[in-house]
Amino acid sequence: MCDTCGCNITPGNKHLVEAGGKFSHSASGHESVEVLQNLLSENDHQADHNREHFHRHGVLVINLMSSPGAGKTSLLEATVRALGDKLGIAVIEGDLETENDAQRLRECGIPAVQITTGSACHLDAHMVHQALHQMSLDNIDVLFIENVGNLVCPASFDLGQHINVALLSVPEGDDKPAKYPVMFRAVDAVLLSKTDLLHVLPEFSPQRAETALRSLASDAPLLNVNVRSAEGLQPWLDWLGEQISVFKSARETGAMGHFRPVTGQRHVLTHPHLSQFTPRENDG
Amino acid sequence: MHELSVCQALVEQAERIARERQARVIRLMLTIGPLSGVESELLRRAFPLASAGTCCEGAALEILAAPVTVFCPDCTATSEVAANKLLCPECGNWRTSLASGDEMVLQTVELETRNANDNESTRQR
Repeated sequence: MCDTCGCNITPGNKHLVEAGGKFSHSASGHESVEVLQNLLSENDHQADHNREHFHRHGVLVINLMSSPGAGKTSLLEATVRALGDKLGIAVIEGDLETENDAQRLRECGIPAVQITTGSACHLDAHMVHQALHQMSLDNIDVLFIENVGNLVCPASFDLGQHINVALLSVPEGDDKPAKYPVMFRAVDAVLLSKTDLLHVLPEFSPQRAETALRSLASDAPLLNVNVRSAEGLQPWLDWLGEQISVFKSARETGAMGHFRPVTGQRHVLTHPHLSQFTPRENDG
Repeated sequence: MHELSVCQALVEQAERIARERQARVIRLMLTIGPLSGVESELLRRAFPLASAGTCCEGAALEILAAPVTVFCPDCTATSEVAANKLLCPECGNWRTSLASGDEMVLQTVELETRNANDNESTRQR
């Protein structure tokens, strides 16, 4: 949503600002100033600035989000092991406390900057900007931002990334997209992580997880991922490779600002209508 | 959980507008949709904290809830739906687009203009 063209006026608030609407007049002696700005416009402004910085360096930026413990850092370690030779990878880590995760990734041989947020439950564009001052993006192709483990707040803050990815680990349960619609609506891909546990957690149904995701009108692919085996990592590496090659073509033509992630390629469900599926009754 | 940060951003925004006009903020009007990720009630509770010592201190915060509505490109229906069921209720299509429900917008800032201020101080005397 931008703040300049009037698209902040939606069917949800149009009646308020139209003549006679609740927000259209004020008491005498008072001046009513129409603002129509996103509350996070300051953050969005900084995020655009970050994005320009990424484009100057030709870096693809991926925001990784999930609950704590869904396997974000393990995914990054496995990704660096698989692609570190071919690709310049760097990481910005967000946690409330400790350097542990950045340290784990430095041990894999890549640059990693840790942001400790103290008590803040999410990263914002300003924190990422500060982290960028401690990091050279020369020879970097992909920058991962590992957000604070939280399925609520990180979804509201643009950091300047190109792609949002959420991990949903098998032990968390298959109804997470129904419980956290703001987050799962916002992502370009969902990784079902720890799929090696599916055989001991038969109550987790990937089909139900996908139904819950499609119920959010999302065509993001759901990829099964298990970082403990090469085959288990492959769906993620394939998807990532696709994004990188599309981004590289955008970079060559100077159209990085128009880059959009490739989604909707690997649906388990092929029928466009979900009404034939019966999602669980208690997923509201 | 992040309502305090959002509230601080709101206060900064309103302060900028008030400073330009050298006025005091009387009322802030927002529209918040359920899919913005911001809880109106928490925003209300964070506001006194975020506005303390600013020109928004004591201002009224009015929050209007935007409904979640989706537009279906297949059957062209626009319908109100639940935040986690964005399917078209008319035809069952899941490839809908959100028409409203993710707003987190500062609609208007109501300011006490200098004249009103003078009147008020006269009255107080």
